[in-house]
Amino acid sequence: MNQIEQPERLQACFARCKQAGRAALIPFITAGDPFVEGTVELMHSLVVAGADIIELGVPFSDPMADGPVIQAASERAIGRGTSLVKVLAMVKEFRQQDTQTPVVLMGYLNPVFRLGFKQFARLSVVAGLDAVLLVDSPPEESQLLEKHLSESGLAMIRLVAPTTTKERMQLIAANSSGFIYYVAIKGTTGSQSASAADNANSQAAIDYMRELSGLPVAAGFGIKDEQSAVNWAQQADAVVIGSALVTRLAESESINEAKQIIQSFLAPIRQAIDND
Amino acid sequence: MKLEQPVFNTDQRPDLQGHFGEFGGKYVSETLMAALDELNVAWQKLRKDPKFIAEFDHDLAQFVGRPSPLYHAKRLSAENGGAQILLKREDLNHTGAHKINNTVGQALLARYLGKNRIIAETGAGQHGVASATVAARMGMKCVVYMGEVDIQRQAINVYRMRLLGTEVRAVNSGSRTLKDALNEAMRDWVSNVDETFYIIGTVAGPHPYPQLVRDFNSVIGREAKIQMQQQFGRLPDALVACVGGGSNAMGLFHPFIDSTEVPMFGVEAAGKGLDSGAHAAPLCAGRVGVLHGSKTYLMDDDDGQIVHTHSISAGLDYPGVGPEHAWLKDSGRAEYVAIDDDEALAAFHLLTRCEGILPALESSHAVAYALKLAAQMSPDQLVLVNLSGRGDKDVHTVAALEGLEL
Repeated sequence: MNQIEQPERLQACFARCKQAGRAALIPFITAGDPFVEGTVELMHSLVVAGADIIELGVPFSDPMADGPVIQAASERAIGRGTSLVKVLAMVKEFRQQDTQTPVVLMGYLNPVFRLGFKQFARLSVVAGLDAVLLVDSPPEESQLLEKHLSESGLAMIRLVAPTTTKERMQLIAANSSGFIYYVAIKGTTGSQSASAADNANSQAAIDYMRELSGLPVAAGFGIKDEQSAVNWAQQADAVVIGSALVTRLAESESINEAKQIIQSFLAPIRQAIDND
Repeated sequence: MKLEQPVFNTDQRPDLQGHFGEFGGKYVSETLMAALDELNVAWQKLRKDPKFIAEFDHDLAQFVGRPSPLYHAKRLSAENGGAQILLKREDLNHTGAHKINNTVGQALLARYLGKNRIIAETGAGQHGVASATVAARMGMKCVVYMGEVDIQRQAINVYRMRLLGTEVRAVNSGSRTLKDALNEAMRDWVSNVDETFYIIGTVAGPHPYPQLVRDFNSVIGREAKIQMQQQFGRLPDALVACVGGGSNAMGLFHPFIDSTEVPMFGVEAAGKGLDSGAHAAPLCAGRVGVLHGSKTYLMDDDDGQIVHTHSISAGLDYPGVGPEHAWLKDSGRAEYVAIDDDEALAAFHLLTRCEGILPALESSHAVAYALKLAAQMSPDQLVLVNLSGRGDKDVHTVAALEGLEL
């Protein structure tokens, strides 16, 4: 079904998890937060704590789809001079030590548009990036960007929402690579947990997206602890944890403290997924 | 007044995906797509539905008080010299600005879609008041998002909204002005999409909003065209309107787009000067990018971050602009210019003293450019200015600039 070549690192990662009979764990952190130096160290800590894939947020001044936690993290990061080019440099530095863990950039279109699609794709390949998720770049508006990304072997991750129609699911499946990201609730990042009604519909949507795209499906938005992670790990191929982690990291006063927070928050979640 | 032209121009812009040339579109998260599609399907049907249009026209006449006069500002014209200045008196609408044209229309649309909760963003507070007004009239719940900075400079409008039963929520992220209020309203909409209708106040945002808001405001231009024939027997020699997001300008311009003999001037806020960086003039001094669901001109830095803008008028203090204006600029059909804070203030005082009309600071930008333009034209020529709102809300701002505390 899917025509786009799948990036190797992501494919290998999902294959490993499948073999282990568990969902992949995808933590999200905002690049440049809580400290402008140290994002790379925290990325390595995420892997130590059990991350299978890292979602790295590119801060944007107007993050319309994000709740207050990620907004605040973005403002702090921008205030400290974090730019898209610097984020790509962080990925490159991370890759020097870790050649296995896939990294996905998550952000908004304008910084990528300003850098230029071609230049962005070039720098991303050099950095060893695996995939891109641009929240405000739906299939209808991203032909040119997709062309540059796929020529460079980068995956384009897309969102599916509880409100997405079957027709749109087909459009999204045909224009996605890497994996599909199922937004578990109606709301912004960091909103309340999914309701029972949302849960009931989500399994059908996740199954349908798997069938349409042949890709793994990750679930995110509103996942905040072991219990919610396990719930979604049963339904999806991966779980994304963002705001709950970013909130905790914001309270840290040093890199070492941030690393400890990552270990104490993320490792039990990974364990719960493993044991389920 | 009988409107003999088709009520909504059914031309081919935007296209079915909401594009004006390369501009516009739907650059939003998947979480909003279903709501936008629902709105779009409803609007493409209703904009051609005689019953809906009749209901809208009725409300414009009976509730808004339309048509608004086309007023020949004779003393101002004589004082300034050159062409005659004509004012399209949107300041005389109910609630004091053109914004009510759009909110009346979108409230009807909300009712049609069965939504009982309205949300809106506001800068100067005019759109917030206009939304609060239609919500009160329809018996709907209303929440208005407003930046903290704007709440301080527009205290009277904040209180007006509260009197009307609306909840005003302060937005303290980013620059704490209009753009951040818009972000926050979008977030509310994503989270409460089933029962909530989002009334965007300008011709920006994702499709179908630029078309929808334009359609509702184009009553300004349709009336003006007829009034020009009735009062002067011809079309004007120039149109002038201020541009923040661009709804009053689009409302005036749209019915004239095909009348190519009439030049159109959109006036942006030069703030402390285009060279100072402290302005709100994306069309004059910005570049193409993607913001708030549209590809359009905007103001950003080299990292693609949206920058803080400045204008003396809260309603123009916005880093983006409606995509149809971007198209009008690139196609050459309209020309975009900028007026700084001082020039706008001077025009504010001149119009107030010469004509007994106290204009909004937003509209004062249009008046200031019209004065410049008219001075280079002959006395038998006609410059039509959209006086988009009244200035009562700005009295405190103007007094403060002159060192007075009221």
